[in-house]
Amino acid sequence: MSDLHAQTVPYVRDTMLPEQSPPAAQSGAVRWLRENLFSSWFNAALTLLGVAVIYFFIAHYFPWFRHGVWNAASLQECRAIIAEKWGPEASGACWAVIRERWNQIIFGFYPTELYWRPILTFVLLFVAMAPVLYTQLPRVLLWGTVAYPLVAMWLLWGGSIWPVVMIAFGFMLGGVILRIVSRWSALGALVAAIVVPVLFWAFLMGPIDDDLSYIAPIALRPIGSDQFGGFLLAIVIGVGGIVMSLPLGIMLALGRQSDMFLIKTLSVVFIEFIRGVPLITLLFVASTLLNYFLPPGTNFDIILRVMILVTLFSAAYIAEVIRGGLAALPRGQYEAADALGLEYWRAQRLIILPQALKISIPGIVSTFIGMFKDTTLVTFVGLYDPLKSIPDAIRNNFEWKGIYWEPFIFVGVIFFVLNFAMSRYSMYLERRLQRDHH
Amino acid sequence: MANPERLAGAPEANVSTEEAIRIENMNKWYGSFHVLRDIDLTVHRGERIVVAGPSGSGKSTMIRCINRLEEHQSGKIVVDGTELTNDLKNIDKVRSEVGMVFQHFNLFPHLTILENCTLAPIWVRKVPKREAEETAMHFLEKVKIPDQAHKYPGMLSGGQQQRVAIARSLCMKPRIMLFDEPTSALDPEMIKEVLDTMIELAEEGMTMLCVTHEMGFAQAVANRVIFMADGQIVEQNNPHDFFHNPQSERTKQFLSQILGH
Ligand SMILES: Nc1ncnc2c1ncn2[C@@H]1O[C@H](COP(=O)(O)OP(=O)(O)OP(=O)(O)O)[C@@H](O)[C@H]1O
Ligand SMILES: [Mg+2]
Repeated sequence: MSDLHAQTVPYVRDTMLPEQSPPAAQSGAVRWLRENLFSSWFNAALTLLGVAVIYFFIAHYFPWFRHGVWNAASLQECRAIIAEKWGPEASGACWAVIRERWNQIIFGFYPTELYWRPILTFVLLFVAMAPVLYTQLPRVLLWGTVAYPLVAMWLLWGGSIWPVVMIAFGFMLGGVILRIVSRWSALGALVAAIVVPVLFWAFLMGPIDDDLSYIAPIALRPIGSDQFGGFLLAIVIGVGGIVMSLPLGIMLALGRQSDMFLIKTLSVVFIEFIRGVPLITLLFVASTLLNYFLPPGTNFDIILRVMILVTLFSAAYIAEVIRGGLAALPRGQYEAADALGLEYWRAQRLIILPQALKISIPGIVSTFIGMFKDTTLVTFVGLYDPLKSIPDAIRNNFEWKGIYWEPFIFVGVIFFVLNFAMSRYSMYLERRLQRDHH
Repeated sequence: MANPERLAGAPEANVSTEEAIRIENMNKWYGSFHVLRDIDLTVHRGERIVVAGPSGSGKSTMIRCINRLEEHQSGKIVVDGTELTNDLKNIDKVRSEVGMVFQHFNLFPHLTILENCTLAPIWVRKVPKREAEETAMHFLEKVKIPDQAHKYPGMLSGGQQQRVAIARSLCMKPRIMLFDEPTSALDPEMIKEVLDTMIELAEEGMTMLCVTHEMGFAQAVANRVIFMADGQIVEQNNPHDFFHNPQSERTKQFLSQILGH
């Protein structure tokens, strides 16, 4: 025995202690300040330095904001008003340009009287996402989600409704064929379900479309891709890219883990190639090279082409994020699924992916946010992104020549709001899943 | 508690002559490492077998070969009349007949206890959801945790989780159950509740193959104890003779380490 056990009197507790409520949380502003900002000399010095930096920034930029002019018809007028009010040396923001041209920053060159179409599309986006995000909603609503991309396409670009209906019909045809033929052969079903719709689109779509358009001409005014711009363009490409890159990224991540040599190699080569190449290169591929691979005469829309390459780009990153999630799962999960007799795809869908995706949410959302911001790079292939092309277009007008910071700030604020909302939503989702599972 | 004496008193009572598992000349390598060497083992329906042996002797590997969590490289394994080959159909058939309980439970943490139990019956056996839930509740009652059905695994104690894992396997109505050290990750006071569940299962005539260091359980429940060392079956005998009259030196050494002090 060591002398730690100095107390040698035997002891037995005869009354058990009752449970007590925890002490009330100690609070107070002074206490908080002392603990967080002035806990040591070094900490206090850092705090003072921080306050000084913030002060200098505000002192320098605040007047610019305070002198801001909202009502003016041109930059000259703005400057005149500021000079008159704050003296000749004063500088100030000319927010009038935003007031005049905000619609171009948001909608590009989309005709003003048709703004309801992108707005409706945007509202419907949330309706379409609802059944995916809230699983307690009735499952039939998912059909609306599936139909949404085509509806959105029609609303945004307009034109006859029949090609859109035909595309949808092709997909349904494929689905039905897959169902029926898979009774005999899974591979045959897959091939037939791809080949038949493609043949339908290639050969029957044109003539049927002509007839139907003649019989029942239902059409919206067509809007060309060159009239898209600003946030409309960024959101179309961003949302399209997000929606398509998530499933593709999942496939690539699973492919990279596959036991099948060919699938594994293809996935690795694809992921590493895409990650090794700058997005701009891919965008140039979209604008020029892709045309060589398509049959001559096909006029494949530039926005669609860009969307596809943006999708491929972010899918490669998503795949790596999800691979991290998959690797974080204990091997026992796979073994338990196997031991219960669940086949590969079921085990992935029911056991592995729900857990792996949950772990990967922060990484996935970061990738999405990055991708959304990167959509501004489409300026390099002649599309009107909100950050460069649209402000340039505004500056080309005589009245706004020389305006610089105001559009940037406006665009920056909108990007921030959208991205911050995405990030907050992802944190909410994580917390909800955490609560569900523990 | 179940009554182990009744089982131990008549080890061969409810054992039929029908073969549940037959392993012939089975070999397995991990790379160049020969883990399992010429394993020969026949398990009859209703038999309760305990596999013992030092760490690294290949016990886990052997029972994991029976439901093809590990692939063997030569020899033959026939489970319930189906030979395990590369044919996926056979593997799925065997897996749906053989339940497995793991050392670390391996419950699905994102699903409730009830969902853990109904998942495989619904997706593999195509049982309607209502029926699967009734079956699940039946087995959860059997392992004495029906009131936890709507909780998540993370909220349960280790012993409770392991009993859920047993119930989850039973929901597939397996004809054979494999246990790989089901109590090794548990605190002493939880070991008993899991062993009780297993004893009850044994009383009902389930064919069981159980890797465990619980020698009390082996003496009470097993018809046969198999001793493995260095990837081989070194000795097999009924529990009484195995513990009181071991033949090989390896067995004696192992028993003295595990029982005597
Ligand atoms: N995936 C693997 N790759 C390579 N070697 C392995 C692998 N799994 C197990 N082994 C080796 O095979 C041998 C047998 O392992 P096994 O897990 O079957 O032993 P065990 O008898 O179950 O031991 P324990 O009582 O510790 O669980 C060990 O030497 C182990 O290191
Ligand atoms: Mg083991």
